[in-house]
This record gives sequence, structure tokens and C-alpha cells, in this order.
Amino acid sequence: MSTTLLRTIQLNQFSLLGTSLLRRRRSNNFSVRSCGSQTTTTHEAKQSSPTRVAPKNHKSNQLDEILRDYEAVIGIETHVQLSTLTKAFCSCSNNYGSYPNTSICPVCMGLPGALPVLNSKVVEFGVRLGLALNCDLSLKSKFDRKQYFYPDLPKGYQISQFDIPIASGGYVDVDIPLEFGGGHRRFGITRVHMEEDAGKLLHSDTGDYSQVDLNRAGVPLLEIVSEPDMRSGIEAAEYACEMQRIARYLGVSNGNMQEGSLRCDVNISIRPIGQAEFGTKVEIKNLNAFSAISRAIDFEISRQALLYNQGKADQIVTETRLWEEGAQKTVTMRKKEGLADYRYFPEPDLPEVILTQEYVDSIRASLPELPEAKRRRYEAMGLGMQDVLFLANDVSVAEYFDAVIGKGAEVKLAANWIMSDIAAYLKNEKLSINDIKLTPQELAELIAAIKDGTISGKIGKEILFELLAKGGTVKGMIKAKDLVQITDPAEIEKMVIQVVSENPKQLEQYRSGKTKLQGYFAGQVMKMSKGKANPGLLNKILLEKLNAKD
Amino acid sequence: MLSTLQPPRSLSLLPLRRFQISKTIVSAASSKTIDTSVISPPQSQILTTRRSLLSGETTAVEIAKSYLSRIRLTEPQLKCFLHVSENVLKDAQEIDQRIAKGEELGPLAGVLIGVKDNICTQGMPSTAASRILEHYRPPFDATAVKKIKELGGIVVGKTNMDEFGMGSTTEASAFQVTANPWDLSRVPGGSSGGSAAAVAARQCMVSLGSDTGGSVRQPASFCGVVGLKPTYGRVSRFGLMAYASSLDVIGCFGSTVADAGMLLHAISGYDRFDSTSSKQDVPEFQSQFLSVDHFESKPLNGVKVGIIRETLEDGVDSGVRSATQEAASHLEALGCILTEVSLPSFSLGLPAYYVIASSESSSNLSRYDGVRYGNQVMAEELNKLYECSRGEGFGGEVKMRILMGTYALSAGYYDAYYKRAQQVRTLIRKDFKAALEQNDILISPAAPSAAYKIGEKKDDPLAMYAGDIMTVNVNLAGLPAMVLPCGLVEGGPSGLPVGLQMIGAAFDEEKLLKVGHIFEQTLKGSSFVPPLLANVA
Repeated sequence: MSTTLLRTIQLNQFSLLGTSLLRRRRSNNFSVRSCGSQTTTTHEAKQSSPTRVAPKNHKSNQLDEILRDYEAVIGIETHVQLSTLTKAFCSCSNNYGSYPNTSICPVCMGLPGALPVLNSKVVEFGVRLGLALNCDLSLKSKFDRKQYFYPDLPKGYQISQFDIPIASGGYVDVDIPLEFGGGHRRFGITRVHMEEDAGKLLHSDTGDYSQVDLNRAGVPLLEIVSEPDMRSGIEAAEYACEMQRIARYLGVSNGNMQEGSLRCDVNISIRPIGQAEFGTKVEIKNLNAFSAISRAIDFEISRQALLYNQGKADQIVTETRLWEEGAQKTVTMRKKEGLADYRYFPEPDLPEVILTQEYVDSIRASLPELPEAKRRRYEAMGLGMQDVLFLANDVSVAEYFDAVIGKGAEVKLAANWIMSDIAAYLKNEKLSINDIKLTPQELAELIAAIKDGTISGKIGKEILFELLAKGGTVKGMIKAKDLVQITDPAEIEKMVIQVVSENPKQLEQYRSGKTKLQGYFAGQVMKMSKGKANPGLLNKILLEKLNAKD
Repeated sequence: MLSTLQPPRSLSLLPLRRFQISKTIVSAASSKTIDTSVISPPQSQILTTRRSLLSGETTAVEIAKSYLSRIRLTEPQLKCFLHVSENVLKDAQEIDQRIAKGEELGPLAGVLIGVKDNICTQGMPSTAASRILEHYRPPFDATAVKKIKELGGIVVGKTNMDEFGMGSTTEASAFQVTANPWDLSRVPGGSSGGSAAAVAARQCMVSLGSDTGGSVRQPASFCGVVGLKPTYGRVSRFGLMAYASSLDVIGCFGSTVADAGMLLHAISGYDRFDSTSSKQDVPEFQSQFLSVDHFESKPLNGVKVGIIRETLEDGVDSGVRSATQEAASHLEALGCILTEVSLPSFSLGLPAYYVIASSESSSNLSRYDGVRYGNQVMAEELNKLYECSRGEGFGGEVKMRILMGTYALSAGYYDAYYKRAQQVRTLIRKDFKAALEQNDILISPAAPSAAYKIGEKKDDPLAMYAGDIMTVNVNLAGLPAMVLPCGLVEGGPSGLPVGLQMIGAAFDEEKLLKVGHIFEQTLKGSSFVPPLLANVA
């Protein structure tokens, strides 16, 4: 009986961890902010909503107290699949989602006698990413073979870079969203290296056999290894998010986590605060969304902290754990018995990769403005951090915003339009900002037309949706629909007088104290003006008339 | 015409009697070369073929038939081929049709070429003499094969070899043991033993081999043919099943220097499918192949030849040593300035070679896992599939080298073995460079002994490895080298050939061919034709 009870308690503790942490650390805004792709965003938000409203549990306070005594040390290995036209070492096309084994050749199949030939784009992308991550570049690097047997690895080795990566010793800056406490962080980048992807195994439903799809074999990757600089799930998720942003800004990858174009493996250990040496490191895989990174880490911190707290630190072992999205927990995938020996040695089929300083300089000169620079610029323009993070999150949105203000639109107004109405429209229509028909030029025109009083804000909103869907010019639309705002006090007064005189009953009620009827009158006048009356003027004149003692 | 062309001779069905060696071997004790001064210098088969096709004296089909029938006659004893192409006559017919139509003929038109079994030939079995690739037919031609075909060459078949090139006797083939045409009880050398023996037995005119540590040069020496190992990077490795990628080169066999040189010319050059192939220009070697009557009195006047001291020390058979010294004297007689040079790092080469070659092979042979092609053993579980497919697919020698290489690359041993071997390699390269700055070419024996008996070293791998001492350093340095027959020693029914190795500076095959050709054409009793051919006739 006692054992059963114990088990139950433990089980409860674990199952509670997830929810209590989620309540504590996650918020609605996180995934919205962090995920670049609009469709993903919606999906994420919906998926996570049930756990968000989890009832507060009395145990969470206890857990918080335990957690206060420990510090997590987190490093991330990120694999970025490059969007080159062809694979890394052969001329097969690099297409996601092709029918299995249709994009293969003797080289990526590892047929006898086939040799790899390096795709120069891979080096270019490696240099771009290395520079964007503020790394030192190796002007002379090389490829190595990492050797292990697996059916998805045709040659029995992966061509990778071992002791001399193309880039090393960099850093990345991120801003933590305000709802997670805000603040600016800098995380070290240990290295960036080039390598090839493996194929995929397709397991039969019955489990009787597996099939190998080699379309992905030989697709180029850049692996980014961070320093163990992160301390929480949020920091780790923000770091991963920034990797995606940078990859997309640079155009080296679509960064799509669902397709596996951006894959993050997390290394995490915890230690009592004040202790210098690291605790036992656990690796977490199967993190297919930024929210999963954050939640898996928080789960893992709690799991390890509890084991420490219960004097069971010896149960924290070097292992690889899988994040189970459904159960919201990590489970053991494989324990590592000693270090795997990959028997690295220099790839004799490929010459060294020699970069000239001129080549590096030319790539540096061609780099776009990167997310961090954009954020700092937006901040300097006077935008709040919420706006800054939103606008700089997606390179297309940022470019759109830049174009709009480039056309002279007021910064704050442009930001508001993009973040509210346009963002809502994109979300509803499941579109990207590149799909809309409204040009930055016309959005600037629209903002100007409202600001100078040519049209009312209300009219502006109305025509916005038409412009988004169908395009056209603001001026043309105002003209065609006769939308120019009525700012002539005499004309408005005329309409006010008419409305007031046509509603004697309401007037009487108003004058006897039911002043909220002002809204009713205003609505009627607006209706009469077909929405074109200047609201300020309208209200001013209406008040005069309603309160007039005649 | 600048060639070694002799009065044309037709290739009759059995033209073999012409090659019969006079039985005038001087006493066996002195191991002196045979007095065959009555025999004219060897002539290029490629040029002879071209000449007789163009003159209409014979047809490609006739030539092909004569070679095929010789293969039929000799193959039961020799076992040079793992596969003989069914398309030889068809290919020959095409050549004849081109001639009939007056179309341009490629320089290798009608030339019958044997291809080592580790070089991919589209649709034709290519197994590297390994069970693990039994029945494997590649979907593409190796670049060298593709070039040969484009120039009109006809692939006769796939020649036997030590499995994946690992061996020095061709006994490590999974399928058959090839005999040496000079003495059927002896090995042809290896690993390109099939290619060397096939040329020696005139089963084909020229052949392709591969040379990782001497696999073209040593069998050339054992079989009395010319074996040319080009500079690393001169010939594309695309389609050559890798043994040790940083050492492997495709090489050429011919019964004359000219043939080996012309075949090399055909297959050389940069290939975008091999990043280690060189963009160095390929000179027109053919101008080097003057006929004897164009030679000056001292045709090699002033050519500096260094004889490598370390290659004539203990462990080298006396017959081999004296043949090498006589060859050196012959070079001197041709006008060469002979000096002795020392390569201090020479003896370090063999262990360094075996570490590097085994390490790279352990990696290169990982792809033979039974998953995608080749021998697959059904198993309940993945590791079992690997274990059984590889366990049954690889032979003993291959397994031993995979194990050695895996060990050498393991964490904690890498620095002591692989890294150190690479340091030795740098030393060797330096020593060669220095020696070749003082000399135009270096010479040495091609092997410490002539061909030995089948089975003699089978159970003593170290003794067999030691036989590679003359050749492995050249691979470590990536230099070109050629072996050509320079004499006979006692053994077999009519003596056993001994090869002289000439080593040149990187990408200077031209000089090797020039010196080799003049050496060959002026060597007294220079017709190295094995007695087997006479017996068959």
C-alpha cells in the first residue's frame, strides 16, 4: 500500500509540474510573438490554450520555492537546412516533400565509386550565417567524416566539419518579450559548421519493415552550437526564435520547424545556485516548436530540481530524452553509455575550403540589416518594445514597415496599422504580408489621408480591407466612392439640426438627463453623412445643439 | 610519322609464335637477361591497331575475334577475367562501320581494353572481386571508362584483383586466383593482377588498374609488362571504388611504354565529378615515342637519374638487385648521369602506408552495409543485418584492414596512429621533393623479388606487406611512377621478369615516358613475352 501511495504521489508531482510551470511561465503572447509563420501561430495558440487555463495548484508554490535554489545551464544545437537549389555534394535538386527516392543520384545514394563535390552555395551560406552571428571565420577549414552505421546514412559516414568549423566564437543578441520580464540578452555562439543531412526512415504501420527515403540525404545543413549561456526555457526559445529570424533574414533557409528545416536539440543541466561546476547534462530532442522548447526545458528543470531536492541527484544521468507534446513531458530515449566514438578524420575526397578575405568582405557587404540592428533602429525611432518585437519578428513585415515609413508615413501610425488591422487580416485570411495587394506606398497615402483629415479613420479602415484584397490607390478610391470627409461646420450643422428636429422624443429624454443618448444622435448624423462627417466636429456641434436652451 | 611503327604485321588468330623466346637463357646461376638481340624492339599495340585498321589490312572485328579466341584458350589456366563483355564484337562492328563510312576514328578505335573490376562499367558487373558486390552492375561508367569509350576503345571485360585492392597477389579475390602467365604456379602480383596478367598474355592490348600502394607497378613487374601509376589527381577517381581515397589512382598497363602512355593520355584530365582531380594540362605524350632509328647516339644525354640507395639494401633478392644495377648501367649507356640518392624516411613509409590505407578503407567500406545494394543477408534486427551482410560479404584480408583502420581512428589512438602517419607522409614527401630537385627521375626495383608461388605468403600477411616497400612511398608522396620490365631472373619455365621502377616529379609523366620508352626500345632482348603463349600455340 505504501509503495502504491508513493508512486501515486510521484506521478502526481510529475503530472502537476507541467501545468504549474506552464501557468507560471507561459503566456498567450509568447507563441504569437515568437513564431514567424502566421499559420503556425494560430495553430500553436489554439493547441496550447487548454493548458493555459489550468487551475492554480497549491503545490506550485512549493515547487517555486525549490526552483529558487537551482540554476539551469542550457545550450542549444541548431540544425538549419539550407535552401540551396541543389544538395551539398551532388546536383540533385533540394526539394522538400518530393515522392520518396526521386531526388537521388549515385553520389547521395553512396554508390561505389561516387565522389562528393562541394556546392559553393553551402560555403556562401555558411559565411553569411557566420558573419551574421558575429563569428570569426576560418579562412582555411576542411571537411571531416563522422562515422556511424544507420540505414538512413548511405555512405556509413556523414560529411561534416570537426576540429576546424567554418565559423566560431560569435554571439547573438535577443530581446526577451515584456510579458516574460523583458530585457536584453547576449548568448555566445561556439561554432557554425557545414554538414550534410541524412535520409529518412519510413516505418511500416505493422512494424515489420522500414523503408529508406534518401531524398533528404546530402541536403546541406549548418549546425550552430551555442555556448551554455541560457538559463530558462524562455531564453532558450527566444534564442531559437532568433536563429530562425536570422536564417530567414539572410535567406539561407525557410526556417520551418514543422518541415524540419530548423531543428533544435537542447542540452540542459542544473546546479544549486552558487555551485561552479556543471551538473549532469541531459539532451532533449523532438522539439518541433518554440513553445515546445520552452516547455520542455521548464519541465526538465523541475524534474531535475525535484530529484536534487529529494536527494536523488544520482538519478539524473547523461541521456537523450524525448519531448512528448501530448503528455507535455520528457521521457528517456536512450541512455548514453560512454561517449560515442565517431572516429572523425579529414575527408580525403574533398579539398580544404579556402576563403579569401575579399570573398568574405564581399559577403559581409551584401548582408541585409539583421534583426538585432532592426530592433535597435525601431527602438531609436521611438517605438515601444512590443511594437519593435512584432515588426522585427518577420523579415517581410519589417521590410513592409520600412517601405511604408520610407514613403513618409508617421512611424507610430504605420506600426499601428500593420500590427492591428493588417495583422488581423493576414491571420484571418492565412496570408503572408507579401500576398497583400496594398502597396507600402498606398498605406502611407492612407495614413496621410486620415492624418490630414481628407477621410475619417473609420472610412480609412473600411477602404483598407478593399485595398488589401483588391489593390488600387487610396486617392482613386476616395474619389470613386466620394469619401472625402465633411469638415465644413455649416454642412455638419445642417445635418445635426435635421437629426435633432426629426427626433423630438429622444431630445426630450436627453434634456431630461439621459445624456448617453448623445451617441444615438451622433450615429444618426454619421449615418446621414454616410460616415463622412468629421467625428470631432460632429460631436462638438451636436453637443452645442443638444444643450442649447431654445 | 613519329611512332614506333614497325613494318605492319597482321593479327592472325594465333600470332603467338612470333613472340616465342629463343631458349638462350644464359646459365641460370648468373640470372642474366636473355640474349634476344635478334628480336626487334616491342611495338605499340595501339598504334599497330590503328595503322592496320586505317590501311584496311584488317578489321576491328577480326582483331577482336583473335583476342577473344586467345581469351578462350588461355583463360581456363590464367583466370584473369571475372567477366568478359558480350558486346566486344558488336563494339568492333561499330568501329568497322565507322571506317566504312569514312568517319573520324578515335585514337583508341578498336583497342581492346581490360578494366579492373573495381572500376565502374555501366551495366557490366563491377564487384571489386568482393562477395559483397556480387552481381552488382553500376548505373554509370567511371570517368576513365567513359573517356576510353568515347575515344573508340572497347572494354573486353573486368579483370580479377585482390578484393577491393587489398593484397599483393590477387589471391584475395573472392572468386578466383589468377595465375602468372610466366609460370602458372606463381602469383601475378596484385592487386591489379588480372589486368597485368591479361596484358602479359595478350588477352587484351592494354588495361586499367588501380594503384593505392603499388597495385599497378608490382604486378607489372611480376608479369613483365609496363605499369604506369600517374600523379595523384592526374586521372579522375570518379567511378573507382575507393580503397584509400588519398592514395588511390587509376593506372595503365601496356606491353609497351607507348601503349601505357597513350592510354594514360586518354583517361587523364580534370573531372568536375572528382574534386581531387587536377586542372594541370595534360601534355601530348605521343611525341615522346620516337622510333628507334630516330634516336641519337646518346638519346638520354644529361638526364639525371638517382638510384635510391635504400631500395637496394638487405631484403632485396640478389637477382632483382643485379637486374636493377644492369638497368642503371643501360641508362648510363644511353647518356644518363647516374648518382646514388638517399631517402632517409624510406623505411617509415610502409607502416605509415598501412595505417593510412587501413584507416581510410575502414571508412570507405562502410557504405557496403547491405541496405541499398550488394549482398544483403536477411535478419531479424538491424545490427544483425549489418553483421551478417558484412560478415559474409567481406573476405578475411578486408576484414583485417577494416579492423586495423577502425582501431587506428578510434578516440585516443588517432594521434598515435593516423596523425603520426600523416606526419610521416609529410616527411616522405619532403625527401622525395629534395631528391627530385637534384634528379630528373629516381629509380629502384619495383618489388624486392620476382613473382613468388601461389600460396607462399598467404598465411604471412606481414611478409606480403613487406613486399610493398618499393612502391608505397610513391603513393604517400602522390608522385608518378612507371614500372617496366628490365630483365629476367631464374624461375619458371623460362625465367621470371623483373621490373624497374622510375619515379618522376609530380605531373611529369612525360619525362618518365620519354626515358622509359628509350630504355625499352634500346634494351637488348627486350621482348618480354611469357612462355605460356608459346605453349598454347
